[in-house]
This record gives sequence, C-alpha cells and structure tokens, in this order.
Amino acid sequence: MSNGAMSTDIILAGVGGQGAVLASKLLARAAMGRGLPVKTAETIGMAQRGGSVFSHVRLGEDSSSPLIGRGRADAIVAFEPAEAVRQLSFLRPGGRVVTSDAPVVPVSAATGGPAYDLPAIMSYLHERVGEKNLAVVDAAAAEAELGTARVLNVVLLGAAARAGALGPVTLDDLAAAVRAIVSPRFLDLDLRALSIGDVFFRADKKGQVLRGWPMK
Amino acid sequence: MHREFLMGNEAMAVGALAAGVNVVAGYPGTPSTEVLETVARRRPEGVYVEWSVNEKAALEVAAGAAYAGARALVTMKQVGLNVASDPLMSLSYIGVKGGMVVLVADDPGPISSQTEQDTRTFAAYAKLPVLDPSSPSEAYAMMGEAFDLSEELACPVIVRPTTRVDHGYEDVEVADACDWAHREPEGFVRDPSRWVIFPALSVRAHAAIEKRDASLAERLSGYARNTVRQTAGPDARPRLGIATHGISATYVAENLSEKDDVRVLRVATPYPFPEHLAADFLDGLDEVLCVEELDPVIERALIATCGRRGLTVKIRGKLTSDIQPSGENTVESVGRALDAFLRRGEGPAGPSPCSNGPLRTDEPQARPAHAELRAEKDRPTPPQLPIRPPVLCAGCPHRASFYAVKCAMRGKKTLFCGDIGCYTLGNAKPLDMVDTCLCMGAGINIAQGVTHVEPDTAAFAFVGDSTFFASGITGVVNAFYNQADMTLVVLDNSTTAMTGHQPHPGTGRTMMGQVVEKVSVERVLLAIGLTVVETVDPLDHERAVETVRRVADEPGVKAIIFRSPCVVLARPQARSAVDAEKCVGCQRCVRELGCPALVPDASTGKVRIDAAQCTGCTLCEQICPTHAISGGERL
Repeated sequence: MSNGAMSTDIILAGVGGQGAVLASKLLARAAMGRGLPVKTAETIGMAQRGGSVFSHVRLGEDSSSPLIGRGRADAIVAFEPAEAVRQLSFLRPGGRVVTSDAPVVPVSAATGGPAYDLPAIMSYLHERVGEKNLAVVDAAAAEAELGTARVLNVVLLGAAARAGALGPVTLDDLAAAVRAIVSPRFLDLDLRALSIGDVFFRADKKGQVLRGWPMK
Repeated sequence: MHREFLMGNEAMAVGALAAGVNVVAGYPGTPSTEVLETVARRRPEGVYVEWSVNEKAALEVAAGAAYAGARALVTMKQVGLNVASDPLMSLSYIGVKGGMVVLVADDPGPISSQTEQDTRTFAAYAKLPVLDPSSPSEAYAMMGEAFDLSEELACPVIVRPTTRVDHGYEDVEVADACDWAHREPEGFVRDPSRWVIFPALSVRAHAAIEKRDASLAERLSGYARNTVRQTAGPDARPRLGIATHGISATYVAENLSEKDDVRVLRVATPYPFPEHLAADFLDGLDEVLCVEELDPVIERALIATCGRRGLTVKIRGKLTSDIQPSGENTVESVGRALDAFLRRGEGPAGPSPCSNGPLRTDEPQARPAHAELRAEKDRPTPPQLPIRPPVLCAGCPHRASFYAVKCAMRGKKTLFCGDIGCYTLGNAKPLDMVDTCLCMGAGINIAQGVTHVEPDTAAFAFVGDSTFFASGITGVVNAFYNQADMTLVVLDNSTTAMTGHQPHPGTGRTMMGQVVEKVSVERVLLAIGLTVVETVDPLDHERAVETVRRVADEPGVKAIIFRSPCVVLARPQARSAVDAEKCVGCQRCVRELGCPALVPDASTGKVRIDAAQCTGCTLCEQICPTHAISGGERL
C-alpha cells in the first residue's frame, strides 16, 4: 500500500497565476496517454491570488491518496525558486528538482515582510538537492526566446521531461497533451515552450544556460 | 462507460446528470463551485441550472422542483449550509417526492473558509442521511445512490465531500451521455396535508423520522461502501482497529501494509451510523484509533456503540489527543498517528501527532519526516523564505476603491467593515482597510451596531456586488429603517470574482445562457429610500476621493458604488512603465498601493513594473509625485 516503485510522484510548485493547475493537467494528460492512472490534488481558491500554490501529481498504480507524503516525492518542478525550497520537505532522498531561476518577489517583501534572498535560496537548493539532481532553468533566456513569460510553466515541464524528472512521461507525451487540451490560439506558443527545453539542454553543454545538467 | 480525467466536483456533476437530475441550483463557494459549472457545461436539453442569489434560495428552488417529482441537486460550501439551514431543517420534516441531493463541500484546514464546521454533524442535527465519499470515483457513484435513497425515503440526502475530494483529479469511469437516465417528473400534486408545515404535521413527521433513521442505520450496515477490512487477511485476529472515513481513509491506506495486523472500518454513512457493522468491527479488538477530519463523529458513535453494548474497547482519536483536534490531516500526520498507535519503528511511544498542522503552503518551514530527523542536524540551514499571503491582483479596481476611501478619510475616526469576497484581501498591508469580516453580508449590520455604541465613528461597509445581492440588501433595509448613520460602499466589478467569475443578478447573464435584464444596484438602493447614491470609477483617483469625502459627510445611510470591471475578466492590454530617469526611488507607489506589479530594485531603490502582471490601470501613474510612470490606459 505504501509508495513503491510502481508510481512516480511529482510536485509542481509556484505562485498563483503561474499556471500550476494547467501544468498539472498537461502532465496528467501526458501520463494518461501512456495508459497510466493518475491522481492529482491542487490549490484552488483564495491562494490563487498571488499566494504559494502547489499541485501533487501521482502517476501509476501504486497510490491511494491524491496527496504525496513528506519525503516521498520523486521530483519537484518549481516555476519559482523560493517555492522549490518551500516544498522541499516533500522530496525523497535522491529526488530531483527542476526550477526556474526567476524570483517572483511578493508585495510583502517590499512592505516589511521577510526579504527575498535569492542567492541564499539558490545556494541552499544546490546544497540540499545536490548538483546532479538539480536543474535550474534560465527563465529570462526562455522569455527572450519566446517573447513572453506567460508560458514558463510549459517551459519547466519540457525541461523536467528532458531531465527524466517526470518518470515515464516523455517530451512527446507532453506535446500530445498540449495538442489535446491547449486552445488553438496558444498551441504554437506552448509547443515552442516545450521544445525550449531542448534549446537549454544543448546550450548547457556550453555551460551557458542550465546549471547542474544533465541529471543522471 | 468510458474513462475521463475529472475533478471530484466534475465527477459529482456527471454523476448527477447520469442519474437523470432535472433541476440544479446553487451558490458559488470554494470548494463546491465546479459542480454546478460542470452541470451547466454538460447538461442535456431539458436540465435546468441556475446560480441562485444565495444558498437559501437555491435550496428552496431545488425543494420546489423535488415537490414536483423532479430529481433536484443543490450545491454549496459548508458555510453556505448555514444560510440554507432554515429551509433545510423544515424540509427534513416535509420531505420530497423526486430525489433531492444536497451537496455540501466541507473545507478542513480551513483552506478557503471562515469555519471548519462538519456537515456530518449538521446532517445528524437535521436528521438527514449523509454520504461521505473518499475519492472522485466514489463521489461519482454516490450521486446516483444518493438520488435513489432520497426517492425511496422521500427525504433530502446530503452528499458531503471535502476539499481534497472536490479538487482532486482522478481518471473516473463514467456513463456515456447517451446512457444517462432521463426522467419525466410527475408534477406537483396538491396535498396540503403533506406540503404545508404545521405543528400537527411536525409531531407526526418527527416521530416518523426517528423510526426511519433507526431502521435505516441497521440497513446501512449492509451498504457496500461501509466496509471492514483486515490488512493481514480475513483470518487474522487483530487486537487493534482503525476507524476512518473520506479522504483520511486514503491516508490510512498509504500508511498501512500487510505487515500491520489491523482491522479497518471505513464509514461512508456517518449518519445514520451503521452501528451493527461497527459492533462487528469492534468484536475482539482492544483499542481503536479513529482517524477523522473535522468533528470526532465516528469516534463519538463508536464510544456510544461500546457503551450501549457493554464493550470494553478503548476508543482513541481527537477526544484523546491522538489525532489533531482541528485542521487538515495529511499523509504524514496520519502516518505519525499510526506509528504511535501501532507502536511501529522507533517513533515516540506516546501519542504526540497533534503538532502537525494542516497542509498549507504558507508553513514557514518544512517539517522533516521522522526518519529524517537524525540527518537534519548535518543539513544546511534553510534560508528565510518570503511570505506570500494572497493579494489583490495587479490592477484590481478594489485596490483603487480602498485607497480612495483611505485617502479621503485620513485622520478621521473611522470603521471599515469588510465582507466575503476578493475584497477581504483589502486587509493586507499597505492598504490595511478591513477592520471586521464575519460572514456574507454581515459588514453592513456590524457597521450599524458599532455606530449605535460610538456615534462619532464614520462607519463604512464594503460589500461586493454578488454579496450585495446574496445577503446585503436586507442589511441596507435594516440600516435605512432604523435610522443608521453609515456609508455603504458597493465594490461592483460585475462578477463573482473570488470563486471564479460566476454571473449574478447584476451581470445580466444566467447559467442557462440567457441575456436578461440586469438588476441595478443603484435602483435597488433608491427604492429602499436612500437619497445619496453615487457611482464613480475608482481608478479615477482624484474624483473617487472627492466623492467619498462629499458622500461620507451626508447624514443617514448613503451609498457609493465603485464600478470597474474585474481585470481578470476584462483583460486590459495596456501596460504602464517607469521612466528610470524620472523615478527618484521614493517608492511611494509601493508603500501606498502594494500592487504586485510594482517591483523595487534592491540596489537602486527605483521601481520597475512587471509587464507580465501590470494591467495598465494607471493608479500608480496618478499618485507618482514625479510623474515617472506612464503608458497605462483606464478601461
């Protein structure tokens, strides 16, 4: 009954408005395309207004609950680095983290709340997750390439698939899911966003865009 | 049949449609909203659906349909049930003819609610059967079963999912649309002895209900979703038992293996409680741990069962502090409780799982699982993370409305009563404009109560357009009739924004797709008798401030309607930008408005505008002392 080799448990993390819900639908659809049963749980409601949001995505037979237990997730895909850290307690030892490097600084950081210390957050991620299990996506480069920051969620999914962080789900599975559920108006953009993962992957070999890449 | 990836709420909607539901009514509220929206999206011709003005209206509409022999569904969240409780309590005595399902979504945590009330408890209070699903698939199946039961018993049946079932997705096997049941209601048959509530009827009805529920409890012991299982197989003789329900049953399953010798009772019908099955479950056990969310409903029922039957089984749970008394359960909170109860591993011997809070993303820091505790001291120190309370969106007109009132009333003795909706977020700094918030529509009456005690306070009541129609109007009538002195501020963004943009009487659209005459907030207020009713665009800052000053000075009850569309719906295309030459880094815009699109640079102090969030509302442009911001365009 407990979490075994049969299932892949992934946490998507971000800030309300970054598209965590769509990303989890794409991932679920992609897995279903492989014939895998899927369960997901996500944040809907007030927290979507700029709060921290997460989706738990469980792929495969071996799960009862839609929520993943702490220390049991195989991967965290984060659209925002502080949110990767916030969800880190869910990661199993040896689990992988794929994160954007672009902070979304909350209003609270400018109005008396805790500051956003990006260097501390990034170095903590490197130390805790380990170089070989961490991939950092250059969000600014992706935005420059795509002309918009609004599909960062899909860029991260593509990068995660590239890194093998999505278990059995491949880039092709994700592309099929995009074709199935994204509205025609955004189809091209989202497909390009997925393939940007490729660009990063190649660029990384020159040591430019991705750090800690490729993951084994 | 086919398989579909459905949210629990979608699955329940499809379940109702497959069962031949004829009439569906509800009021939006997280986590219930998507049920009715899915019905509206997928309904075949002939199925009627509406967003009612509030839950009481919705329940009464559904009751009328069920009186006429239709299958009726009414949807709401748990606090909505409080609003609908007046008709529900009486309807329990009157009963229905067509099947009627009252779907009430509970919110352990709470994640998006004022209270953590338990509808299982409410069902027992109302003496109505309640079904408690554990997954989207089960919730789908329960809808048809609930309609059948309701028709058979001629009383409403409650289906009570919780957030994780409502908003969990699963691939669910559902009936093809061509196989959905189709029912022709018989129509209303006049019979005053049945449909008109009087004490004489209530005397008979109450006695009949008590008799019915006693025999129903017996029958539900055989309901296939009330189960007793043993982890070590049917022949094992465990001494320990676990009693659970709903989503918590899946957390229990995640934390048990064949190595644990326990018996597990899952209760799908908390009321009437299947006592016979529970007695079978208790047979031979020494101790039982009840793993529940919200109230200790099963725990109390098992204690009662033991008492009635003279059993000496020790019942543990919330009442013995073995399970956290409030908040949402999680996979690991249940895991820790089971570790302690089953004395597994090296976990602490005493029961101490209560420290675990709900699964919230705003938890300051990760709490490590037990097994990791030892390694923890070798780990790097986690950095302090920014906190992310939910905030008003960039460009939200509510920000401008609150800011206008704040500017106009600076230095005066004021009271700002808030209400339920996105605009509750006006409480956040730097706006800090919500002094009270209680429940739907309450702010208008609370403002009156405070001014009866402190007449020198300038009292404002902020209410959204949907809340105004749901339960604000009676408060205004009360204020006007009783000679109150207060300013009503209607924040009219022409939608029900917080729950995902549902139409309401002021929008001129219905869930049946009709375009209808809008109910005018102004005309309602004038009809009540108010003479000062001013409508102003909150994004025209100077004019908005001037209007507030002028209106607040009038005697009696007066109203300002701030009208500007929700930016999420209006999707304005303009963007503001900061001229770095002109920006002196005073950060007045950030300090005064707290708009998430305004990002101060950590080194220069100058402000940058995040184009991905900005909607070009121009509010920051209007208050920048050096006119460094431009490019926006007011809608």
